[in-house]
Amino acid sequence: MASRSHRFLRLLVSLSALGSLGACASERYPQTTFQPVTGFGRIIDHLFHGVFWWTMLVLVVVFGLLGYILIRFRERPDSPEPKAVYGNTVLEIMWTVIPALIIVAIAVPTIRGIFQTQEAAPKDALVVEVIGHQWWWEFKYPSLGVTTASQLVLPVGRPLDLRLHSADVIHSFWIPRLGGKRDVNPVRAMPNGEKPPHLNHISLTIDSVGDYPGQCAEFCGTEHGAMRMMAIAVPPDTFDAWVKRMKAGQDTAALSAPADSLALRGKKKFLSSACIACHTIAGTTAMGQVGPNLTALGDRWSIGAGMLDNTPANIQRWVLHAPQIKQGIIMPGANVGGGGMPPTGLSASDAKAVAAYLSSLSAGVAPKKKTGWAIETTTTH
Amino acid sequence: MATVEAHAPATAAGHRRTGIWDWITTIDHKKVGILYGVTALIFLFIGGLEAMVIRTQLMQPDMKVVSPDFYNELFTMHGLTMIFLVGMPIAVAMFNYIVPLQIGARDVAFPRLNALSYWVFLLGGLFLYSGFFIGQAPNNGWFGYSPLTSLQYSPGLNMDFYALGLQILGIASIMGGINFITTIVQLRAPGMKFMRMPLFTWMAFVTSFIMVTALPVLAVALFFLTFDRFWGTNFFQASAGGDPILWQHLFWLFGHPEVYILILPGFGVVSDVIPTFSRKPLFGYAVMVYAGALIAFIGWGVWSHHMFATGIGTIADAFFTTSTMIIAIPTGVKIFNWLATMWGGRLRFTTSMKFAVSMVAMFTIGGVSGIMHAVSPADLQQTDTYFVVAHFHYVLIGGLISAVISGLYYWYPKITGRLMSEKIGNWNFWLFFISFNVTFFPMHFIGLLGMPRRVYTYAPELGLGGWNLLATLGAYVMGVSMLLLAWNLVRSLKKGKPAGNNPWQAATLEWATSSPPPEYNFAQLPEIRGRMPLWDNPDAYDERVWKEPEGGVHMPNPSYWPILTATGIAATLILFMTHLWWAPLLGLGWTMVCVFNFAFEPAG
Repeated sequence: MASRSHRFLRLLVSLSALGSLGACASERYPQTTFQPVTGFGRIIDHLFHGVFWWTMLVLVVVFGLLGYILIRFRERPDSPEPKAVYGNTVLEIMWTVIPALIIVAIAVPTIRGIFQTQEAAPKDALVVEVIGHQWWWEFKYPSLGVTTASQLVLPVGRPLDLRLHSADVIHSFWIPRLGGKRDVNPVRAMPNGEKPPHLNHISLTIDSVGDYPGQCAEFCGTEHGAMRMMAIAVPPDTFDAWVKRMKAGQDTAALSAPADSLALRGKKKFLSSACIACHTIAGTTAMGQVGPNLTALGDRWSIGAGMLDNTPANIQRWVLHAPQIKQGIIMPGANVGGGGMPPTGLSASDAKAVAAYLSSLSAGVAPKKKTGWAIETTTTH
Repeated sequence: MATVEAHAPATAAGHRRTGIWDWITTIDHKKVGILYGVTALIFLFIGGLEAMVIRTQLMQPDMKVVSPDFYNELFTMHGLTMIFLVGMPIAVAMFNYIVPLQIGARDVAFPRLNALSYWVFLLGGLFLYSGFFIGQAPNNGWFGYSPLTSLQYSPGLNMDFYALGLQILGIASIMGGINFITTIVQLRAPGMKFMRMPLFTWMAFVTSFIMVTALPVLAVALFFLTFDRFWGTNFFQASAGGDPILWQHLFWLFGHPEVYILILPGFGVVSDVIPTFSRKPLFGYAVMVYAGALIAFIGWGVWSHHMFATGIGTIADAFFTTSTMIIAIPTGVKIFNWLATMWGGRLRFTTSMKFAVSMVAMFTIGGVSGIMHAVSPADLQQTDTYFVVAHFHYVLIGGLISAVISGLYYWYPKITGRLMSEKIGNWNFWLFFISFNVTFFPMHFIGLLGMPRRVYTYAPELGLGGWNLLATLGAYVMGVSMLLLAWNLVRSLKKGKPAGNNPWQAATLEWATSSPPPEYNFAQLPEIRGRMPLWDNPDAYDERVWKEPEGGVHMPNPSYWPILTATGIAATLILFMTHLWWAPLLGLGWTMVCVFNFAFEPAG
């Protein structure tokens, strides 16, 4: 008996109390919407809690009444013939006016929230351009001359101005713990140099250090499900150090060491193959613009925008077989072309060397947990 | 059946109405209604099967049951099927069968147009599905956001099937809407004033207005898309100065009223079923009518609440937030009036009543999460996640489908002359009710804990494998409950208890005639004197409906021009696929030939 009521209690807690899901949820649910780390996110959280309890009140009233009616007025052998009641003006006015008042109570803070969440960023905010591609994210810091892909590094405590646009179709930028999503719209060609409409921005300040995963939330084609990203919030001085290393081309020190001859061979192979037509690595002759920027790839949370864990073995797999691992992408594999391009013809040992090289690239900021984020986890392979 | 024929000499005279040819040429609103209903139920099972595959793929993270591309086709076709091939036609099926009976008409105003709508709908549905046979079914979601739908990003035929298939289906709906408006305005029996019509007929009336006004908006959007894809125009191509957001506005300007096309018929069913099984008249009839009309009207001013994340600006967000919340007020009134109808009643929990009551409860949950979406900043977290998936399945399954099943159990005896099994019905209800909640309630959490919609898989790290497994198991049981429904529908045809004219002691006019009704519905009717003719004045409806007037009842002849005209309309649009500018003209020519014959066909 005790265990049954205990189980019932647990069910009740897990089903009805949304709040309890929020508590300590971010370890279990890294994309939870209940633990925002920005002002933007907290305004939303606050509004949600407000409307949640109002609507629970409505639910309790309606379900309470319904439950009572279903028991009290069910047909019994001695049920009298019901009286024909056609309506009751007072009652009907009541259940028009009371919901209307509840609506007002919800609407007023909501409208305030609409304006608060869409305020322009302060002038000194750090601008980050967020560019959606099928199916990966490009992040540019125009004032710093830094570009990265599918992993954002952001300073804590500094106002940020994320400016969103798409290179192809509509995407939606969503990192739940940083706040709500915004669509990433294509830039519309305008006459006479007019400013294109519908280019969204998100203004926010992150208040705690951490790794915050997110993903595309607007259906964008074949691999919409694998268009993921990671935001890493770091203290401002760590951020500044990261920027410096990103700009410098951070690979030189590590790779001049003769010990890592495989990585060195990989570097030579990379810089002399078709890879550089599409990819950039800061500080090298690889300056392609079509594919994701690979600077500091060794720091990344995953390969293929959340597809595989970032390990040398997976990078090798990716270089050889990318179109099989992530369908419909443009990057050619060793034997299979991509997006109308011929296969690269890289040998397995070349790919291994390239993977060693790419893995060695670091700018000093990586997620605390290096593996385990990907759709396909290392442990399953 | 024998009794019907005995009382129907007009139909028995010239030709016997049976066999395939009869179904192809029928213009009897009841038979067209059955065609609509059976077709929609078949599509319901196909759409349900797609849902099973979707749920299997999502049962656990990183499953590889289907490829990403096929998954995208599945969820797109699931949505299109449930909205265009199930939700709308099943409502139209009920309108067809029930509305003329409820207002005391012999048929709809334009019987041949009615048959034409059905055949156009059927061909449109088949065309939409034919994409699967060449592995290129629509795959960009039912909402088909540009520029993903452009030739550049969707070079296959997938979205051609979408653009042209929906165009065909839209034509069918517009014709249906026109027909019902005319029928309800023109063919009410003497004394059947507007404010005496049953709520179901009222909601059919309101829904029909939305159909004839909303579907043309979709037609325009689809023509733009067709032009972009076939002739290189740039309506939605941002790089050429076009506006992809224009598609969103057009689509949701249709798409939100569409939601009310789907749910208002459900409101209508429940508003008829609850009074019957409570033995009480509907509480606040007039307010229920106005609330329905108001919902439909305000429903035109809320479309951008689907676009809060699009970036339409603060003023627009504030406007659409407010208008969306306002719609909750008439909706709430309806819920409270249903409760008040049951209050003090004598509730008989037939299967039909159980589904109606569960509709009220489940729709309330869907309504409540709808209010949460209306808080537009909060919607920035909710939109495009499983929270929204939970919301609209509560509205459309908990609301619409529950009401439809309630209506099936309610009117099946009228349509077939036999009652459906209450024993199977009881199992059907409880399995459905429990499994529905097990499937969709966890999706609220799945969404708020960070899973977007329309993803073919998700990472184990998101921690959502358990909730998703629960949802999938629920979905399987729900599939079983729907098989029970199918079994009950089929077996009761032969084995059901004979129903008699009015098995539920209901109040409205459709129960005055025999079950099934003769082709002409009512031989004669007394003047209608109230909203509940069979309760107010039962004796008046006893024998007189059976008395054939002198010289029989004249009914129009069957015609094969509706189906032939439908082939013309469908062919005109399908022939766009040839990319030959003159090919659609062939279809158009054939349509003209058919329309000419249609128009000048001698009346029976």
